[in-house]
Amino acid sequence: MAASPTHWTRYAAPANFYPLAGRLIPWFAVPAVLLTVWGLYLALVVAPADFRQGEAYRIMFIHVPAAWMSMWLYVTMAVYAGVGLVVRTRLSSMMAAAIAPTGALFTFIALWTGSFWGKPMWGTWWVWDARLTSELVLLFLYLGVMALTAAIDDPRRADRAGGLLALVGVVNVPIIYFSVQWWNTLHQGASIKMGAAPTMSNVMLWAILVMTLAFWMYSFVTAFLRVRCIILDRERHAEWAQRVVDNR
Amino acid sequence: MRGWTEFWQMGGYARFVWSAYGVTAVLLAAELVQLVLRRRNLARRLKQMRNLRTD
Repeated sequence: MAASPTHWTRYAAPANFYPLAGRLIPWFAVPAVLLTVWGLYLALVVAPADFRQGEAYRIMFIHVPAAWMSMWLYVTMAVYAGVGLVVRTRLSSMMAAAIAPTGALFTFIALWTGSFWGKPMWGTWWVWDARLTSELVLLFLYLGVMALTAAIDDPRRADRAGGLLALVGVVNVPIIYFSVQWWNTLHQGASIKMGAAPTMSNVMLWAILVMTLAFWMYSFVTAFLRVRCIILDRERHAEWAQRVVDNR
Repeated sequence: MRGWTEFWQMGGYARFVWSAYGVTAVLLAAELVQLVLRRRNLARRLKQMRNLRTD
């Protein structure tokens, strides 16, 4: 690797990825802010009231993007965890650990906003239907991965245990996604299906897509911020980590 | 465009819509603050470690 120092694999070393992650953060933070402003404008101002649900349906514009991110971040976390398990690259496991809390947060937001949408529309905060229950299981999987990794002192063993749980839990993601088809649920079907004309107007579709992108960019920011903390913490005895603190 | 009062009332669903949006905003902001604080604590700890070593 020393022969070609500019090769991208050099960034698999935590010490080299640390400054790179720092430089990448603004490139995701600025779009995150702009997309949030644009998305909220579309969701709260431009989009017309729904003819059946009135203004309450506006919860959808954070509920659906948060639910998508909760599943997408889980898959991303599991892929990193899998690579960490198989190839034994430490940075992959650190990325998995960096993504987990943000994924758990979006899972909670999906459940919370869904609850505040369900109350006025279904008349209840919660039902044990397949979609809601499997999303709750997703939250427990995230928390389980985080708790397991935190409970083991040796980082390598912690990565392996957490990674294994993350991988096993992946089966839950298609269950969440297809739950509205496989079971008779109170939860409505997919708002946007692949290969089918969307059942909602263009501006609603745009609002959802823009908010999803905003959440995605936000997730990059928090994942990079957190992975920098994880790297610095684990490499705290290394010479470079000591120097980093001086240059801020 | 609708008026401000009408906007905040959300057609009578204000409680639900703003609880959903508000909690989301607070949680996302809290995560960012927590990460900044974590980084600050880490930097302080690293400096302490080094000072102990050089003393």
